[in-house]
Amino acid sequence: MDKTLYTINVYSENIAGILNQITTIFTRRQLNIESLNVSASSIKGVHKYTITCYCDKDTIEKIVKQMERRIDVLQAQFFTDDEIFFQEIALYKVSTEELLASNRIEEIVHQHNAHIIEINKVYTVIEKSGPTEETQMLYEELKKWGILQFVRSGRIAITKSCVERLSEYLNEREDKHRQSKLENQ
Amino acid sequence: MEKESILGAEALMRSLKHEGVETIFGYPGGAIMPVYDSLYDHKEFRHILVRHEQGATHAAQGYARVSGKVGVCFVTSGPGATNAITGIGDAMMDSTPMVVIAGQVTSSLLGTDAFQEIDLVSVTQPITKWSYQIRRAEDIAWAVSRAFYIARSGRPGPVVLDFAKNAQFGKVNYHPEKIDYVRSYVAKPDVKEEAIYDAVNLINAAKRPLALVGQGVELGSAQKELRAFLEKAQIPAGCTILGLSALPSDHPLNMGMLGMHGNLAPNIKTNECDVLIAIGMRFDDRVTSNLATYAKQAKIIHLDIDKSEIDKNVKTDVAIIADCKDSLAALTIHTAKNNHDEWIETFAPYKEEEFKKVIKPEVFPTEGPITMGEVVHKVSEATYNKAVMVTDVGQNQMIACRYFKFTEDRSVVTSGGLGTMGFGLPAAIGACLGAPDRTICMFTGDGGLQMTIQELGTIMETQLPVKIILLNNNYLGNVRQWQEMFFHERYSSTPMLNPDYEKIADAYGIKSRSLCLREELDDAIKEMLETPGPFLLEVGVIEKGLVLPMTPAGGTVDQMMMGF
Repeated sequence: MDKTLYTINVYSENIAGILNQITTIFTRRQLNIESLNVSASSIKGVHKYTITCYCDKDTIEKIVKQMERRIDVLQAQFFTDDEIFFQEIALYKVSTEELLASNRIEEIVHQHNAHIIEINKVYTVIEKSGPTEETQMLYEELKKWGILQFVRSGRIAITKSCVERLSEYLNEREDKHRQSKLENQ
Repeated sequence: MEKESILGAEALMRSLKHEGVETIFGYPGGAIMPVYDSLYDHKEFRHILVRHEQGATHAAQGYARVSGKVGVCFVTSGPGATNAITGIGDAMMDSTPMVVIAGQVTSSLLGTDAFQEIDLVSVTQPITKWSYQIRRAEDIAWAVSRAFYIARSGRPGPVVLDFAKNAQFGKVNYHPEKIDYVRSYVAKPDVKEEAIYDAVNLINAAKRPLALVGQGVELGSAQKELRAFLEKAQIPAGCTILGLSALPSDHPLNMGMLGMHGNLAPNIKTNECDVLIAIGMRFDDRVTSNLATYAKQAKIIHLDIDKSEIDKNVKTDVAIIADCKDSLAALTIHTAKNNHDEWIETFAPYKEEEFKKVIKPEVFPTEGPITMGEVVHKVSEATYNKAVMVTDVGQNQMIACRYFKFTEDRSVVTSGGLGTMGFGLPAAIGACLGAPDRTICMFTGDGGLQMTIQELGTIMETQLPVKIILLNNNYLGNVRQWQEMFFHERYSSTPMLNPDYEKIADAYGIKSRSLCLREELDDAIKEMLETPGPFLLEVGVIEKGLVLPMTPAGGTVDQMMMGF
């Protein structure tokens, strides 16, 4: 079957052990997670997971439903690349000496829309955000001077639709709960 | 106001009482000793000391399945907890409400490979609805209330509370909690009118509708709603194993059991119907066999409370995600009165064919060794089809499910999804406590009985009236059947050398009778049912019996083997 790179957004309560519950859904199907980012969301007490994975549509639909089935998962949705804006961030550590000798550093940083975030006598740290292909291009370029360290983050993504659907959902839930409490009184 | 400060273990007792718990199945050990110490002062709980933690979980399952209440277990940490895993997994597969409270080493020792430490939360996360570690006494009331709410609401399931010893010993100002809302969890989705409308259109236009009835009907206490729906539009139905008693066996619209060893007619008709209405069932592969050839001609309507079941195995045309008590009622209002007599008549020839080729020789043999089918049939009749049927797993289970008949709700206690051998005996103990006014008949084989045979000790101690019917064929019968049919009769590790079961029963002080002659059967069943308390009836049955009909694994639902 055709495999697509899907980006999954998961929102959960901030309780220990949720990541394990999410990853076992992949493990069970022997699916590799391509990248994973977890951080606090804009809503207090809610964590956001951004996961990318190659699989077919049928599988991703089931995966997302099985994630939502977990008690403390608030919402899980999947997207294709054309439905989201997404970025990764990469950090490159190169030898300052080599870099200065080349005389091309400013040009490269400018060309690649990167930033220097640290320069000392020994090494220089360059930061760049962008899709994998772009951060990879800069990597190839800098390789000429020898890269001491390199790291690339997981993908983070934001949907092209206007509102964060989660806040609406939470409001709906709270309203309904309040209403049912009133009815029961 | 100054509240009284109590021990965490005592707070657990009060929380359990607050949840209405009466019966607990358990086994003490180091890490749960404070809990057992508090339990000593709470004689209002009936604690059943099992002989192995697996038994505690299956007993809790049996209790929950017949009563609809949450089954509760106490086990200790480490091996106590790992012994409970099989029952937890079984409860997850079969949507059985259960709360397992496991001792855990004291918080400061967590992660140090302390004595009897196991990372129970990580181990159980994939096989529980919720798994949580209580590390502070202050969290007990909240965690217990949340555990019971999650276990019993929505699609029920097992919850594990991993209870650190320091929290059991810790002091707390106890306030009872009542959790009935978790914002990230929709226990009872609303019935969507649009879905009802779409479903009703399909149902009203259907010429050959077929309903598939699953355990969801029993879990949602929707037996009446089911009958009203089926009767209004005269829709014939097949039942999954766990849904067998959701519709009385003799109901004119009940066409029998679905699946690999189910009845011929509902299986064949699955591939002839024009609208298939699945109610609280999950299209398990033992029901559908090969999905590529399953009900392809039909429009599919799926009623389930669990969204993740929709389109999991069979793609639906209309999904109604709701408690089937609500969705069935809504469907019935809008469904037109109808009859499908012509369609229903087409089931009859298959019933006849199955009776002639399979049922008659299995249930009414006149010569040769006793068959499992005739034993099950006679026990069912002798209880006026009112008993609870508990089974182990294997041939005994399939034959019991095929030939036991039901008139009462919640009468099937069997391990469906996980197929756990050893389930029967402890589950029957739980069923006795969950339905004390009913007769509990447990069918087992010589293989499965020996997997949890130590629970005879629990029966000895409690004198619970479990009627154990051991269908002894000196083989691991189901595997032997497959070896005969698909592995060239190479009986690898399936013949079984058996002990003297009467002597074993005798050692436990349990009355028993053993027979292998047909003439004795009626009298022995009578003796078993008339004897107060537990009874072991061992019936020597045909050694190489086959469960028929059969759809081989990967086969097509309308091409059942009628013989071999």
